[in-house]
This record gives sequence, C-alpha cells and structure tokens, in this order.
Amino acid sequence: MTDRKQAPAPPPELPLDERVRDLICEQLSVAPDEVTPEAGFIKDLNADSLDMVELTMAMEEEFGFEISEEQAERLQTVGDALAFIEKQLDS
Amino acid sequence: MRDAVGVRRVVVTGVGLVSPLGVGTAATWEGLLAGRSGAGPITRFDASAFPVRIACEVKGFDPLDFVERRSLRKMDTFSIYAMAASLLAVEDAGLAAPVPAPDRTGVIIASGIGGFETIEREHGNLLARGPRRISPFFVPNMVVNLAGGNVSIRLNARGPNTAPATACAAGSHAIGDAFRLIRFGYADAMVAGGTEATITPMCIGGFARMRALSTRNDDPERASRPFDRDRDGFVVGEGSGVVFLEERERALARGATPYAEVIGYGMTGDAFHITAPAANGNGAVRVMRAALDEAGAAPEEVDSVNAHGTSTPLNDRIETAAIRKVFGDHADRLVVNSTKSMTGHLLGGAGGLEAGIACLTLRHQIVPPTINYETADPDCDLDVAPNVARPARVRSVLSNSFGFGGTNAALLFRQPDVSEGLDP
Repeated sequence: MTDRKQAPAPPPELPLDERVRDLICEQLSVAPDEVTPEAGFIKDLNADSLDMVELTMAMEEEFGFEISEEQAERLQTVGDALAFIEKQLDS
Repeated sequence: MRDAVGVRRVVVTGVGLVSPLGVGTAATWEGLLAGRSGAGPITRFDASAFPVRIACEVKGFDPLDFVERRSLRKMDTFSIYAMAASLLAVEDAGLAAPVPAPDRTGVIIASGIGGFETIEREHGNLLARGPRRISPFFVPNMVVNLAGGNVSIRLNARGPNTAPATACAAGSHAIGDAFRLIRFGYADAMVAGGTEATITPMCIGGFARMRALSTRNDDPERASRPFDRDRDGFVVGEGSGVVFLEERERALARGATPYAEVIGYGMTGDAFHITAPAANGNGAVRVMRAALDEAGAAPEEVDSVNAHGTSTPLNDRIETAAIRKVFGDHADRLVVNSTKSMTGHLLGGAGGLEAGIACLTLRHQIVPPTINYETADPDCDLDVAPNVARPARVRSVLSNSFGFGGTNAALLFRQPDVSEGLDP
C-alpha cells in the first residue's frame, strides 16, 4: 500500500485556457486549432444539446464546481466558457 | 410459391458478420469451416467471483474501423457491432453509404437486451456519485432500437425502422419482418439482423443464476457442445449478423449476385413458461411448419437445419424431437448443425448471425460442423455434422431461433434462382 503522503506530486498544471481547450477537444473530438474563443459549440464545433450536457458535466468534474442549467445555457462559445470558469475559480 | 399475385420475391445480396470467430464475413466463415471455438476465459471484466468465467468474446475488433471517434461515446458496444455488420453487409451487396432509394430502404436490427454495458456503468455512477453524474448519452446508448437508429443515420436509410426485442429469437424476427415488408411492398431493400454485447457482470451473473450457462470453466473451448450427451448449458457470445435483403427484380436488374432467396418465415408462441420451451415442442413444431407453409415447400425440399441448438440439456432434446415431428422420415436425411458450438450464443444477435451462415452454406454448399460432439445422446439422434464441416448438396436451409418468453421464429432460405422472369 502506498501511503497517501508519499504519493508523487501531481504534474504542474497547464494554464487554464489550455485545460479548457483540451477538455473541449476531448469531449467534442475536435482539433485544438478549431477551439478559438469565438468558436460556437453548436454553430462551429458541431455539438448537439446532449454534447453540451456532457461537456458541462466534464467541466464540473475538471474544475470542481457545479454549473446550473441556467448558467450552462449561457455558454454559447469557447470564450463564454473560459470566462465563466475563470470567474467561478476566482470567487 | 403459393401466390405470386401481388407478392414479391426477396433475396439476400449482402452478408455482414462480426463474431467471436472473426471480424468480417470471410474470417467468420473460415473459423466455422475449420471448426474453431470462439470461447475463452472472460477478459471484459474480472469474473473470478462468478460461477461462470468463460464466454465467446469478439477479438481484434477496432471500433474506429467503423465509427468515427466522435460518435464512440454515443454508442454502446451492441450498436457498434451492428454498425460494423451493417456496413459490411451493404458493402458485400456492392453498395455503400448513403444507400440508393433511401425512402424505400429500411433497417430492422434486433437485440435481446440492448446496452447492458451502459446500464451497468451509468447505474454505478448513480449509486456512487448521484443523479447529476448520469450521462446524457445513457438513454440513447442503452435503448434497444438505437442500433438500427444509428445504422439508418449512417446509411441514410429512411424506410421502415424497428427493432424486435424478442430475446434469443430477435435476430430471426428482424429478418423475417424485413422479408415481409419487402414481400408486400412496404420497402424495396432492408438492412436486417441482430446484435448483442452482453459479456458484462450483470448479464453473465444473471444467466448463471438461471443455471442456463455451461460451467466448464477449465475447458472453455469444449463448453458449448450442442446435442452432445454431456452438454451443460450455453456459452454467452457477442457480435452481430446482418443481411442486406432486396426485392429480387431490383437486385437482378442492378447485377447483384444473391446468396439466397428468403422463401418462408414462421412465428409462434409457446404460451407455456417464462424460460423453458414447451415440453412437447409444440411452439417449435408449429414455427417450422409455418415457415414451410409460407414457402409452399415440402419437408423433403429442405437439406439442412441450422438449429437453435443452444447446448442446454432441455433445448437440444426438445428441438430434436420437434424436427423429427416436422420432417418425419426425412429428418434422417437432414444435416442439423448448431454453429453455437463455435460462436457461442449471441442471444438477440444469434438469428442474424445464423441467417448469414445459412446464406453462406447455400452459396458454398458446405455445412459448418457442430463441434465438441463426442458422446451420442439417444434423445439427440440427428446427423449434426459432428466436428467436421460437411460438403453437401444444400437446396434449402431452415434456421431456427427460440427465445425466453416462449417466442419462436424460423426462416427458410433456398438457393437463388437467377433466371429472369416468373417463378420457376
């Protein structure tokens, strides 16, 4: 059994925008260069309403806070999501 | 045929198989002719605490050969197998997605159970982490008709779209129902068959608790032994078998080479017991007769029966007696094989796989063997093509499927008649 205190330190975290980008790439199977701040999830990245629910779930898991349905509905673009996450993490 | 007026003829022009013997029709057929077992220790989950630790798993299957990465999380394995088999069947028919005449092309893909893997995973999420952790793709992954739904989207097949869920008879019901839709003019082509992916803890555990499964854990390749005296239950298999059915004139006009003509389909119910077959084989007898009647075929016109042949003590005995009752003296001239001895039991996928095997039998004039046949059982005394594939003159093959709930289906295939024009 490995003692919890001796567990290796997690790797240094990537900058927030890269973590968000990687998450979107993984969830929506899109290339990193498609994930621009202006890109709309549904309009440009071909997500449907179910993809959006799952993307929201993945963000909750990754960043450790809950996203209400009203909040999720306002996340139309990559930029919206990034700004929202920054704000939640600051508060 | 009994009544040619207003009734159209239906042929199989494509076969797509994904089975424990191989990914693809050729690989599966090769395994069948070699008499190879697809069984082995379960690798999909840790089965060490289970009374049954063996299954016929599909090996060497890469979902990305058939489904784009983006769609993977939206499809349970049973849907992915069906997609693979359907694309292979369409390709084998000389067509490709999107299919021609989309509004006249339908899809019927059966499954006995649906997305069992998804149900177990998501239920685990619910129990461990609460309702907010249930995936939005849970329902569309799990629901039985989504195999056919996904296939129809990929092929742009916009005709009839349904999904029988009649347990181990489901795949045969799919093909029979599709046959009727073309026969009576509701469609010109149908992608039809069955699929299953149930090598999961709940499924293996559940069937094991019914004592339906072989517990020959130390000798998996010899566990599925239909008609052998020492059979002790079935071995769970997985995969998908799909055929491409077409109205005969359309198929011949575009230069397709049919494997077989579908000439009869029977459906009956036992009205007897939730899992056991009717003790006198009544449902099985009537379903075989119904298929022969629809075709207007005499029992003597059938040369081979692909039996349901699960390797359970009860099924094989009752099915043998039912075949004797339907075929009389001719029963001793039939070759009655159970390919489940090699593929395991694909449950709702079995009828699809075995229909494909019937088509290949007719084309190649070889009956795949019943392997692991070592000791005769006086109650199972038909010629089961023991252990070695049998070259034979095969004009027609009857394929039986019987399911829990007392649901039965039989399909009758015959060698295609490729002459133009009226019935021979």
